[in-house]
Amino acid sequence: MSIATRSLPRAIGAHAILLTYTAIALFPVILVIMNSFKSRAGIFGAPLTPPAPKTFDLIGYTTVIGQGDFIHYFQNSLVVTVGSLFFVLLFGAMAAFALSEYRFRGNTLMGLYLALGIMIPIRLATVAILQLMVASGLVNTLTALILVYTAQGLPLAVFILSEFMKQVSDDLKNAGRIDGLSEYTIFFRLVVPLVRPSMATVAVFTMIPIWNDLWFPLILAPSEETKTVTLGAQLFLGQFVTNWNAILAALSLAILPVLVLYVIFSRQLIRGITSGAVK
Amino acid sequence: MAAQTRPKRPFHWHIAVFLAPAVLVYTAIMILPLAGTLQLSLFRNVDQSQVFVGLDNFRTLFGDPNWSVNFWNALRNNVWFFIIHMLVQNPVGVLLAALLSSPKLRFSAFYRTAIFVPTILSFVIVGFAWKLILSPLWGVAPHLLDFVGLKSLFTPWLGKEQYALTALSLISVWQFIGIPMMLIYAALLSIPEEVIEAAECDGVTGLSQFWKIKLPLILPSIGIISILTFVGNFNAFDLIYTAQGALAGPNYSTDILGTFLYRAFFGFQLQVGDPNMGATIATIMFLIILGGVCVYLFLIQTRLRRYQF
Repeated sequence: MSIATRSLPRAIGAHAILLTYTAIALFPVILVIMNSFKSRAGIFGAPLTPPAPKTFDLIGYTTVIGQGDFIHYFQNSLVVTVGSLFFVLLFGAMAAFALSEYRFRGNTLMGLYLALGIMIPIRLATVAILQLMVASGLVNTLTALILVYTAQGLPLAVFILSEFMKQVSDDLKNAGRIDGLSEYTIFFRLVVPLVRPSMATVAVFTMIPIWNDLWFPLILAPSEETKTVTLGAQLFLGQFVTNWNAILAALSLAILPVLVLYVIFSRQLIRGITSGAVK
Repeated sequence: MAAQTRPKRPFHWHIAVFLAPAVLVYTAIMILPLAGTLQLSLFRNVDQSQVFVGLDNFRTLFGDPNWSVNFWNALRNNVWFFIIHMLVQNPVGVLLAALLSSPKLRFSAFYRTAIFVPTILSFVIVGFAWKLILSPLWGVAPHLLDFVGLKSLFTPWLGKEQYALTALSLISVWQFIGIPMMLIYAALLSIPEEVIEAAECDGVTGLSQFWKIKLPLILPSIGIISILTFVGNFNAFDLIYTAQGALAGPNYSTDILGTFLYRAFFGFQLQVGDPNMGATIATIMFLIILGGVCVYLFLIQTRLRRYQF
């Protein structure tokens, strides 16, 4: 059908290109993880071979676990990501329901107002956000990060979820109304369960930038107690520029949780993108 | 639905309750600070108090050599950063998506998943991993070039002024190629079978089918990707900061607006941080992004023909 599968040579060509690109995409990740299990001599002597009994060494991991407070950073990242995700999904779904279900004056305008944040990055507001957080005493708290990420995630969440909520059958909701359910019950008991798959999609889209963000943790919460994994890894890597074992181990530790989550959720993510919700 | 909202009915509290949390958080944390930042750019700190100075900060930014040299350099670099993305990321993304979307292709789920992996990694990982790979100390890059007989081409790209920015742009392309690939893949999958069959009946197959039938149909998606890339690029910071530090070395050759904003706002080495100049740079970035979005919405999007199936 497509340009690539008319005949056997074409199929081979397609696979060759895709395989080459897959190798380019995965090579750095594999290289880092592979070398994190090697001794210093192994890392420099034969960087491209997998760890052999002779070069196998966990010194990098013991350094990282002994030096950096990674478990604590990890907890912070988890609290921030899960907290923001909860509020983005709850508030986003509620607003999306209001926009897609009811016709009221200013509906379109409100939709546009909320959609503004999809295109204009919240980062540009940093100067005033920092002043706001200083004024309200929230600097160096995880609450500050959760608030910022909630605001950052809401526009896209509202946009995607209201597209999906338009597809929920009106008959079902009206049946609920005839049975005397309140609007709140209709939303929480009827609509939310029906749009759960799209909420999972939104969750994945929201989660990745929050987990990976460096800018706001660096500016709003750089203290030792509130460091996230991304910021912790950045500072740790800066300190250990010459300790290659520790750097490679720290990188691998930062890659693995994201990679595991991705492998679990990748079908959800890809289905979300390809279902055409994000146009 | 209509029964809920007929005029002359009492105020519907539930609509307000549903909207309030999102609107409040969004307004308080995003819109008001954004407005505050724009406003701050019109003030200057004189003797511990904020004094309204009109557009003076912008004059300083464009004209005062202490600022303008760095500003124009950052802007130029940012434009180059964007050009590399448009020239490399989008064509390669389209190519990969076109290959992936062929219905008889095997292992396409595997390719899809694997090529998207870099996109989920944080900038810190990406920046550092590539820094190690390109490091002449480790020697992985020259080693690999040796395999294809191009070892002589190797130089420490990230350390040389003339190559560093391009190298970083390509690293960023490597990281984000998954997004154009997926969006175009989705667009290609949504082209109905009948259109393709009709083309085949008319003898339009292979490459010419791609150029004449599919490409026009996915142009709206390419438009969206371009504007997403534009916004992302003119707002970028993390990769440069991780790989080259806040000074965006060597000799500011990789400085872009995001790192310039960071330095102006927080200060570095001998220079003291200046929130007002930070806000001024943020305002310029805001105007650039807004300009890009407007060009897209009013000039490009309205001219792209959308086909309804």
